[in-house]
Amino acid sequence: MTMRRYHAARWDEPTVMELGRPGRRGVLIPPVEPGVSKLAGEAQPLVPPRARRSQPPALPELSEWEVLRHYLRLSQQTLGMMGVSLFGTCTMKYNPAVSESVSRLPQMREMHPLQHPDTMQGLLEIIYRLDLALRELSGMDRFVFQPGGGADAAYTQGCITRAYHAARGELEQRDEIITTIQAHPCNSATSAAAGFKVITLPLEEGGYPSLRALQAALSDRTAALMVGNPDDMGIYNPHITEWVDAVHAAGGLCFYDHANFNGVMGKLRATELGFDACMFMLHKTFGAPKAGGGPAVGAYGCTEKLVPYLPGPLVVEEDGAFRLTEPEGGIGRVREYMGNLPQVLKAYAWVRAMGGEGIQEAADLSVLASNYIDAQLMQIRGVTRSHPDLTGPRMEMVRYSLETLTRETGITAVDVQNRMTDFGIDAFWLSHEPWLVPEPFTPEAGELWSKEDIDEWIGVLRHVCGEAYSQPELVRSAPHNQVTRRVVGTRLDDADYWATTWRAYQRKSVARQADHAADHAGHAGKASA
Amino acid sequence: MANSAAGLAAEMLAETGYARLEDLFAQVPDQHRMKRPLELPERLGSEAALRRHLTDLLGRNISCEDALSFLGAGLYRHHVPAICDEVASRHEWLTSVWGTPSSDQGRFQAWFEYSSQLGELLDLDFVGLPVYSWGCAAGHALRMAVRITGRSRVLVPRVLDPERRKVIENYCAGAQPSRRIAVETVGFGPDGRLDLADLQARLSGDVAAVYVENPNFFGVIEDQVADVLAAANAAGAEVIAGVDPLSLGVLAPPGELGVGLAVGTVQTLGVHLNGGGGVGGFIASRDEERYAREYPTLQVSIADTTEPGERGYGIPLFAQTSYGAREEGNDWTGNSVYLWAIASAAYMAAMGPAGFAEIGEAILQRTRYAAKRVGAVPGLSVRFGGGLFREFVVDFSATGKSVAQVDAALRQRGIFGGADLSGAFPELGAAALYCVTETHTQADIDRLAQTLTEVTR
Repeated sequence: MTMRRYHAARWDEPTVMELGRPGRRGVLIPPVEPGVSKLAGEAQPLVPPRARRSQPPALPELSEWEVLRHYLRLSQQTLGMMGVSLFGTCTMKYNPAVSESVSRLPQMREMHPLQHPDTMQGLLEIIYRLDLALRELSGMDRFVFQPGGGADAAYTQGCITRAYHAARGELEQRDEIITTIQAHPCNSATSAAAGFKVITLPLEEGGYPSLRALQAALSDRTAALMVGNPDDMGIYNPHITEWVDAVHAAGGLCFYDHANFNGVMGKLRATELGFDACMFMLHKTFGAPKAGGGPAVGAYGCTEKLVPYLPGPLVVEEDGAFRLTEPEGGIGRVREYMGNLPQVLKAYAWVRAMGGEGIQEAADLSVLASNYIDAQLMQIRGVTRSHPDLTGPRMEMVRYSLETLTRETGITAVDVQNRMTDFGIDAFWLSHEPWLVPEPFTPEAGELWSKEDIDEWIGVLRHVCGEAYSQPELVRSAPHNQVTRRVVGTRLDDADYWATTWRAYQRKSVARQADHAADHAGHAGKASA
Repeated sequence: MANSAAGLAAEMLAETGYARLEDLFAQVPDQHRMKRPLELPERLGSEAALRRHLTDLLGRNISCEDALSFLGAGLYRHHVPAICDEVASRHEWLTSVWGTPSSDQGRFQAWFEYSSQLGELLDLDFVGLPVYSWGCAAGHALRMAVRITGRSRVLVPRVLDPERRKVIENYCAGAQPSRRIAVETVGFGPDGRLDLADLQARLSGDVAAVYVENPNFFGVIEDQVADVLAAANAAGAEVIAGVDPLSLGVLAPPGELGVGLAVGTVQTLGVHLNGGGGVGGFIASRDEERYAREYPTLQVSIADTTEPGERGYGIPLFAQTSYGAREEGNDWTGNSVYLWAIASAAYMAAMGPAGFAEIGEAILQRTRYAAKRVGAVPGLSVRFGGGLFREFVVDFSATGKSVAQVDAALRQRGIFGGADLSGAFPELGAAALYCVTETHTQADIDRLAQTLTEVTR
């Protein structure tokens, strides 16, 4: 394969704090009309003296074009998915331009959530229609879009678990949530934040925890189970219905983290497996953009059993008109308002553009692409698969290991990740903590990436693994064609070093230089003595 | 879908060594399978048909651009400079997922610039990446204070956005009694400011934090923050300031007032309302380890690279997040509203110190003008007349009309009245919270006053 002669844009762009000149303006404010200042008076006396700012903020002063050009340069210095991104667990998809353009119309963008429902019938209908579509995909009875991401949906489950058991008078007793070591860390973290103890089941043979281990953990203290299936090793727990039955028998709730939905869309439904609630990520599976970390939506759905505890407001339809209701006894809010509605609009657009057959085909293509990648990767020296004893097909993504490569060459997964970016390949996903598989990486192609893209990605990985054996230093010192060389993170947890703002950076770098100068003077003094 | 092209799936399948596509799903037991095809609405495969359908739906909305809106109450319609939209829509970071600090360097730098500029406005030097919303930021900060002090009671003002209050209550309602935080309310005085005597009475050795907002939810400028700080510090409690950075060109920032921990919104910094999807929050503090090591967020720091003298960006304190430590981490983090951090960075850079001073002054004057004009309408009164920023409470009680009745009449005349307070604040009577920004002209405000005169007559 001929390697792409890629090089990242490199503008040597200073921080915005270092740009501009005093007196330059990027935006002007409409002047106050004489009639307004006549009645209102001057501005300064309108602030009580003790509440006035004494010094202006030390912000940069730039012209409009300078601001725009600066951020365009920074956008160019972002590789993102401009090359090929097989970032596992995040299901990289095309984010259709039409959805972006429609979401920028005033009838979406300039809507206030406290408007009277009569003035937002279109918005409420979109929420309602996506709710119906997600009900069909999951079997659930009702969805809400308030949670601001997958983790926030997991947190919503924590709050609803509390409310459900409190309503039954069992909250004081049921204070444990069970999850697995392969569940996303947000499930355990949000359970703890909601005030529960967390029990984490380890993996056993087969690549998932045993039913026996689950049964041993269950008791009258069990509040809920929070689990994903398949996991991000591409392994499907075939005993999941027995798990759900066991948890229900113990009086707990069952939450299905559907982060890894792409391979099973239209093939199984959460309620038919017995789950009480589930979560879909609209910014992953449903075609809304990732945006480097949101705005996102963790669509939370549940069965009738849990509907009374949902956060409000809920959209209800009556004779073709839509209005809002607040569930009595609900958990209130996990976040203000009804959610990131432009993302809801984009997800609805994705469902309509795909249709039922398209969604089922996308699941097929995702799992096909994953197994196609698998067959190729197994031929690359230094690459192994998690649970090598499991020889069957995997789902839409698979966890691999570069342990052999590291042992034989000293080159790590992070080294390979950095070197691949030299060819315009977005960093692969490694693994959540803890790393059960040494030197992990996790590609996922979904339905977006063409066979040619996938072949390019595999070709780059093969090339870099070859370099690890032939020119390890080239890989160890990568990246070479990127915006900067590799970032050294070793001092980032040192309070004398970290600087999350320019002012902290200035203060600490001055202090470091002073220390350095003092050290130098000390050495010089010793030398002369 | 690229791999739907004729024959391609079969070609790829051949490489897998499996005979049929169905064989790839062998892990999923038959009894788990959905036994019928999905029943979803008809596919709209063409962009033309899809766009038509979506715009037909959105066409049933009346936006705050179509009507004259005085809605605020936690979510504000300020002018969003076109460059903010241009920057936020760049596909490089709009569609990006994470990358490495070297390959997605531009996005990391933009985030650092967001934190740096916000730090200047706040006069604080440690700023995390944004969280979901102001309410979520307040909830996390209260939990930080509980961890810092080892105490379990927090005081929040009665004058608080009801949406935000509900979020805070959730963040404090732990399942186990030992993990519950008691949320207590501090009342307000006749001028709408915090009742300091009530605060003093509620302060004791078990209070972890006092949460105070400026301006408060009624738009009243809270000039007692220094008094709150003194009282709280005497009781060993933290103070968390809730602020809108947009106000900080004219209002004293938390750092200048000596407050160590602050939260607030980032929506006002270059982000549209988006039906409520514009919300975003920040957590910021003095750069002290007692605060820094309790952050639940990710943050971006300048860092060295392997090239001497080159500046890069990295993620400090990762190990204390839920990504690093699962349930042992500080609360949780995940996808948030990081794209808005970039829009906000461009907004702050475009505004500069003069822009923030001018917008603050314009809002002060327009708010006062509107309060005077509306307060002069027969039967209407403005409840709290001291310093006001952007919002004021209008009392309709003397007209005998409910806020809903007034709103309905205004709506017929193309005006969205202020947020109805009569549900959440019954003690105020038939009251509504009217919001005025730099986008409202004198003519807009005059039209409001004239129309209110007509509909309350």
